[in-house]
Amino acid sequence: MEVAQETLTTPAPTTAVEVSGSVALLEALIVEGVDTIFGYPGGAIMPIYDALFDYNDKLNHILVRHEQGGIHAGQGYARTSGKVGVVFATSGPGATNLVTGLADAQIDSTPVVCITGQVFAHLLGTDAFQETDVINITTPVTKWNYQVTDANEIPEVIAKAFYIAKSGRPGPVLIDITKNAQIQKFNFEGYTKCNHIRSYRPKPIVRTQYVQEAAALINQAKKPFIIWGQGVILGTAEQEFKAFVEKSGIPAAWTVLGAGAIPTEHPLNVGMLGMHGNYGPNVLTNECDVLIAIGMRFDDRVTGRLDKYAKQAKVVHLDIDPAEIDKNVKSTVPVWGDCKETLPMLTKLIEEKKHTEWLNTFNEYTQKEIEAVIHDELNPTTPEMTMGEVIKQLNEITKGEAIIVTDVGQHQMVACRYAKFNKTRSNVTSGGLGTMGFALPAAIGAKFGAQDRTVVAIIGDGGFQMTLQELGTIMQTGIDVKIIILNNRFLGMVRQWQELFNERRYSFVDIQSPDFVAVAAAYRIAGKMIDDRKDLPAALNEMLSTKGSFLLEVMVTKENNVFPMVPQGCSVAEIRLK
Amino acid sequence: MENNNKVINHKVSPAGGDLEGASKQEFNITVYTENQIGLLTRIAIIFSRRKINIESLNTSPSEIDKIHRFNIVITESEEVVHKLVRQIEKQVEVLKAYYHTNADVIWQELALYKVSTDVIAEKVSVERLLRENGARVVVLRKDYTVFETTGHREETDNLISILQPFGLIEFVRSARVAIIKDSDGFNRKLREFERLEPGEEVIENEYLNQGEKVFTM
Repeated sequence: MEVAQETLTTPAPTTAVEVSGSVALLEALIVEGVDTIFGYPGGAIMPIYDALFDYNDKLNHILVRHEQGGIHAGQGYARTSGKVGVVFATSGPGATNLVTGLADAQIDSTPVVCITGQVFAHLLGTDAFQETDVINITTPVTKWNYQVTDANEIPEVIAKAFYIAKSGRPGPVLIDITKNAQIQKFNFEGYTKCNHIRSYRPKPIVRTQYVQEAAALINQAKKPFIIWGQGVILGTAEQEFKAFVEKSGIPAAWTVLGAGAIPTEHPLNVGMLGMHGNYGPNVLTNECDVLIAIGMRFDDRVTGRLDKYAKQAKVVHLDIDPAEIDKNVKSTVPVWGDCKETLPMLTKLIEEKKHTEWLNTFNEYTQKEIEAVIHDELNPTTPEMTMGEVIKQLNEITKGEAIIVTDVGQHQMVACRYAKFNKTRSNVTSGGLGTMGFALPAAIGAKFGAQDRTVVAIIGDGGFQMTLQELGTIMQTGIDVKIIILNNRFLGMVRQWQELFNERRYSFVDIQSPDFVAVAAAYRIAGKMIDDRKDLPAALNEMLSTKGSFLLEVMVTKENNVFPMVPQGCSVAEIRLK
Repeated sequence: MENNNKVINHKVSPAGGDLEGASKQEFNITVYTENQIGLLTRIAIIFSRRKINIESLNTSPSEIDKIHRFNIVITESEEVVHKLVRQIEKQVEVLKAYYHTNADVIWQELALYKVSTDVIAEKVSVERLLRENGARVVVLRKDYTVFETTGHREETDNLISILQPFGLIEFVRSARVAIIKDSDGFNRKLREFERLEPGEEVIENEYLNQGEKVFTM
């Protein structure tokens, strides 16, 4: 690549420069503000990696250990930074290894741009070495994808990719670039960001009529209830949301991905929704008179049995994606639009109120839940530790300032229930897809996306073994990620279901683990295992004060169950405390 | 008509009627799209993901260069169709999607029938039957004749059963195309849309079977 790079990176639009498709791609990434790429090289993406060799000072490429780790890291980066995560992978197996992460990013609306290498254009369809039809494989799990076969397409296509990934309801985009297009020289006339595509409407037009109708419903309500999701965070509408909640005086509960949009300790934050959410928010969903859903999609884990969900309530639904309105829950008033725009409109029209009595009802349920579940989970007298007490101790040390990255299963629900979040973009987890193995690579990306913050990954013994190869990425980059393995020697969530619904027929949930501390040591990562409660505070302090990464394995009760629980097929009002 | 009001500010324009009825019926889904490779899959999988059978699918250029039109026929409840259409509209390269009941559209399918010319020439009754069924001759050769009819499924089916005893050689039927009864301004809006912002050329792979043209290291 004997191209004069110094003349690029701030491309002069008037004078075309002859560059390769690979150089044009990297120039495009720089203009898009990309600073970090997670990737793994291979045959069909070698020209891009060759060009990258000269861009080392401008683009920080993180060599992951598996493409799935690459995309989860990209997701973690996107979630904490608010920017688009960028991932490189080669053709064939490199590209297919992205699929789980794409599906995860699609269902959790995470902005990610994946660049995959592809075989030469003339070999497409010939079953060439490492050729797979990645466009068709990834179509169901991308917001948009496109195959580039000619270098001239690259600037415009990359611009579209970033625009689509981050605008409206964000999502993953995959651009497949054939090897010839990476090599091909063409006249690069500079890079212009895309801000409009004629067939694509990122946000629907706000109709003031519906905002007014929503405000009227809210003003008349005696027992209104706000439920919010990640849309508040994706729309960077945390302040607008807080202003709305505080003026309205309405109790507000969150979905797993919405956690942290307003602080856990906010007086109107009444807790978590859903299958393992808090008692009050679930029961009172079926008692409120107006349900105000903001940037959430009524996932089945939130609603439980749909035909018994909030049937008494008038539903106001704010969402940027028109396909979400009336998809699962019929709305009385649909407030289509970006909540960063619609929330202030609504706040202006609502009366300042305090719903003291109604809020007290939530507090009464909280008391019941504390007595029945929370107290014993957080202050156990059992010989073995509980997951909850680990989170409680962690809260006491981090004071809710840390980014908590969780995997999938019991530890995830416990962490989401009990972790304190003072700041937005602090809870990174695989919500919709429930991808075990998400946390370790996502934590690496989360730290790259928010380098001034403490990142704590909380992972089960099962999920950790799905992507533990990314310890190699930690080793090589020296990134500072704190890892807590909550080891219950079981695939705990499946075991819990087998206990409750399959007469304790523990079918293949008994999982053995290696010596995790020794595994970490093999990667030159400090670590410690504890199985005694009295060691917990010191171990957590040691983990957090150690420079660099640290793996803390905590042995916890084998057969603890996460409660409360809305069993599948039950209404939210049928939530079980034990 | 509350549901109609909800959606007119966005791209989806459903047929009238309430969505409560769960009973299935035929719906005609009309989709205006960009002409882009892979879009057919993106639309098709919205149905296949839910295990819904596409009974008829027609896609071809609309009257506007670079804007394509899909006509899709499925049998579903209106509530499901309404959600499907919103999912279709959500796709980046879809301009607009509508759904209509059979009562809301005028629709036709084209059918071609190839029959031995000898049989037609010998049997006067066949000629009469063809005429009665509105069949037109497309090609007349010594060995075979190709007839064409357009109509609803029953009509094109009917002529198959009529011609079957007389040595039907080959038959083919097109997908359904449907004109929407309430489509005032469609053409004007499409032309205006294209005028304000012309569509992009589809870019195909220029290199298939032309390895020598490809840039290599």
